[in-house]
Amino acid sequence: MTILSEQKAKELLTKVLKYSKADEIECNLNGSIGGNIRYARNTVSTAGEESDLVLAVQSTFGKKTGTATINEFDDASLEKVVRRSEELAKLAPENEEHMPLFGPQKYTTSKTYFESTANVTPENRAQAAEDSIVPSKKNKLVAAGFLEEFVTFSAIINNKGLFAYNQSTDVDFSVTVRTEDGKGSGWVTRNFSDYKLLDTAKASSIAIQKSIGSVDAKAMEPGKYTVILEPAASVGLLGNMVRNFAQRGADEGRSFLSYKLKEGEDAAKAPKNKLGQKMFDERVNIYTDPGHPIAPAAPFSRDGYPRNRTDWIKNGTVVNMPNSPYWAKKTGVAYVPRGGNIIMDGGNESLEEMIKSTRRGILVTRLWYIRSLDPQTLLYTGLTRDGTFYIEDGKIKYPIKNFRFNESPIVMLNNIEALGKPERIDGNMIPPMKIRDFTFSSLSDAV
Amino acid sequence: MERRDFIKIGGVGVGALMLPITGIAISAEQMLDKPMDVAYKKKLADIALNAAKAAGASYADARIGRYLNQFVTTRETRVDNIVNTESAGIGVRVITNGTWGFASTSNMTPDSVAKTAERAVAVAKANSKFQTVPVKLAPVKGVGDVSWQTPIKKNAMEVPIKDKADLLLTANAAAMGNGANYITSMLFLVNEQKYFASTDGSYIDQDVHRLWAPFYATGIGKNGFKQRNGLGNPVGMGFEYLDGLEKDKIKITGANVGYNNSYDLVEDAAAAGKQLKAKLKAKSVEPGKYDLVLDPAHLMLTIHESVGHPLELDRVLGYEANYAGTSFATLDKWKSGKFQYGSDRVNLFADKTQPYSLGNVAYDDEGVKTKDWDLVKDGILVNYQATRDQVHMIDQNESHGCSYSQSWRDVQFQRMPNVSLKPNEQDISAEDVIKDVENGIYIAGRGSFSIDQQRYNFQFGGQLFYEIKDGKITDQIEDVAYQSNTQEFWNSCTQMAGKSDYRVGGSFFDGKGQPSQVSAVSHGCPTTRFNNINVINTARNV
Repeated sequence: MTILSEQKAKELLTKVLKYSKADEIECNLNGSIGGNIRYARNTVSTAGEESDLVLAVQSTFGKKTGTATINEFDDASLEKVVRRSEELAKLAPENEEHMPLFGPQKYTTSKTYFESTANVTPENRAQAAEDSIVPSKKNKLVAAGFLEEFVTFSAIINNKGLFAYNQSTDVDFSVTVRTEDGKGSGWVTRNFSDYKLLDTAKASSIAIQKSIGSVDAKAMEPGKYTVILEPAASVGLLGNMVRNFAQRGADEGRSFLSYKLKEGEDAAKAPKNKLGQKMFDERVNIYTDPGHPIAPAAPFSRDGYPRNRTDWIKNGTVVNMPNSPYWAKKTGVAYVPRGGNIIMDGGNESLEEMIKSTRRGILVTRLWYIRSLDPQTLLYTGLTRDGTFYIEDGKIKYPIKNFRFNESPIVMLNNIEALGKPERIDGNMIPPMKIRDFTFSSLSDAV
Repeated sequence: MERRDFIKIGGVGVGALMLPITGIAISAEQMLDKPMDVAYKKKLADIALNAAKAAGASYADARIGRYLNQFVTTRETRVDNIVNTESAGIGVRVITNGTWGFASTSNMTPDSVAKTAERAVAVAKANSKFQTVPVKLAPVKGVGDVSWQTPIKKNAMEVPIKDKADLLLTANAAAMGNGANYITSMLFLVNEQKYFASTDGSYIDQDVHRLWAPFYATGIGKNGFKQRNGLGNPVGMGFEYLDGLEKDKIKITGANVGYNNSYDLVEDAAAAGKQLKAKLKAKSVEPGKYDLVLDPAHLMLTIHESVGHPLELDRVLGYEANYAGTSFATLDKWKSGKFQYGSDRVNLFADKTQPYSLGNVAYDDEGVKTKDWDLVKDGILVNYQATRDQVHMIDQNESHGCSYSQSWRDVQFQRMPNVSLKPNEQDISAEDVIKDVENGIYIAGRGSFSIDQQRYNFQFGGQLFYEIKDGKITDQIEDVAYQSNTQEFWNSCTQMAGKSDYRVGGSFFDGKGQPSQVSAVSHGCPTTRFNNINVINTARNV
């Protein structure tokens, strides 16, 4: 069994601590069990069940630290992994950036675990796939999809009294529905903690509709357009931006959040980063919140430090940047761990209402193959995919050929026309966004 | 695929993982147990195969894996992180009622192994109710008990950690002493000890080694910062790759040093420092059409994206439609026998047999002996990359040996073999290729890369860009990316260097499949010229 209860995990980890001869020991125990089904060409291709349990032990003498991992759990293996980490620690030089372990912490609770997801069977998965395939077949379309659900747990213990435990469940579903001649393609994705919320037939109907609607796409000239980005389209750019939020890189001058000296300004007196600067439209509020009711996350980070709701951007202004305990101490600020989710506030408009209020624009289902072009401007490139439509006078007029974009989320979040109702996507909450002057640089023949 | 996935694969959970190193040597091997006895692996595999057959499987294979990774990360003057990971387990794949099923476990007691095989059969049975086309396998004759090892000279896992840390820190000092403000350097070592057994009668024990030593240097100027990554390649070699032998260096006058079968990390880091200073002062490219001369450490990635992926048969058939995508290189184009993928100079071949390459093994992960074959011959599309269950769909009865799984935990499926561009039969040099270019750009090293889901439209950057004027490399320039269409691009190929310039580069973390898996794959090529390609400027004010 690779999922241990809180009590069993604590018993095992307490046993590991007893083998320790180090000044400090920290253990992370991570287990997972899950199943998946994959289908293509309207039939099942691969399916399986996977499980694993991994123990990582970090031992420290003074400021000398060593780490080893193992996935075997008899007493001899547990003692062996502790001894290995201690041997490495004794050989290590002092690390000037070593920080002491945290003592006992208090955590908020997150509703991340759902029994319905833990109880999914191979038959459930097969049926969910069938529910997606049958309507595609009926419409003479070809479905390729993937459903995966898993239970994970994470436990942390150290010899300074810290113990943290969290169990969570996740369900991911996506399907691409293509026309038999390959001239149309639609896609949809769903992500929940609770398997009960998943309806693969209902979700697939959106992909079917987009597939049929995207046949015989017209070519439009590349250029700057007003776009409506569905949450699945903007999450990649936003995720890249949030991953680049880091105080140290900003302070060191190698980030889009590094402070730019004004003409004649004294570098010694100037701030190092853009904390407190208004960089985005004032409607932009992005934060992390482990207790979010729809997209919850574990209430502690991987070092056992509590995660609480933390604003990154408030009313368009950068208000926090994640750092490390070392960098926080060095620069005299509080330690801010990375978040486990991205929550972006939006409005109340549905996607349909946003389309209705658009005179001319382009609806983008998703963006694909996003890659960085310039880390100092956060310029990214990538392509639209699986449902790109021209909107005129509040209606979808016709499908258009896919574009390559070259755009920065900084520009995007300054060019907001409207924000819709946020939806859960990849464990985050992202609103559909209407953005003006989004830059498309070339056309793609891909369908 | 990003480095964080490597950490995820390693299953490392500790938050800080800080591990600097002293002068005392310790080898990874000292910290690890002896490999599992082959006879015991065979016994376990037979338990899995027999349990699967007893539960109703018509075919079964078992992969017992022990995966050792080590990664060393340094930053400027200190070692940030040294992690050794070890993961062992068994994955069992079965066909029951004409349907695939798979299950895996890290618990390798005989009882657990038998139960895992039964779970795989249960999964297959559940899915077979909805299966419409039964799985059809190309025949493979059992090979009995065989073994193979990557031909390494120095097992990197046995090299003292101190030597590894010293090498990386020396490289960091070289970069910073020559103009870099910051540098992160790393060493990734992989050892896959994998045992394959199938109901066809094969028992294959393979010991696979791979190594990569990338670095990422940053230079900061008055108006921002620039980055220069290392030009070394990930390889299927031991620590001897880092010997930096002079015979393996190809010097391009006015530009970079290219590395063949060994890499001088410290020299490249020093060059990176100097080139960063030049990058911070370099002029921004004038957008327009240029003749491009692409060095092998750059072109390998263009081959990977625009030839390797579109010729994966599972993509062509639609099995990857929901993730990586499909392909413009459809079966009708292949069947015509006339599809001009590239100019008649273009010969692209696939293999899993090139020495030093990342894909090099004797048998793939479904027991097929590896080989080499043509994909594009004299510019014409002639074949794809396939596995046992797909090759009959292109009317062939022999698998290409392209099955791979990243670990015992995950199911094997079609992955890219090495895909390489044949050199010019005339053994001309890279500088011979450059000397005929009037107005062009020479690009070295892999940079940003992006391509659509059918592999038509792509955009690639690089690490180093130089103007070519009247046959000579002149100024270093910046903000270069080229946009093209795969077929147009390969048809614009007009010249390439010969075998003396041929070098093998690769991708250590190529991502594909659902759940996503990584694989490592190499691409060999010489310095090559492409005419009249659209170059854009990537600088932007925000």
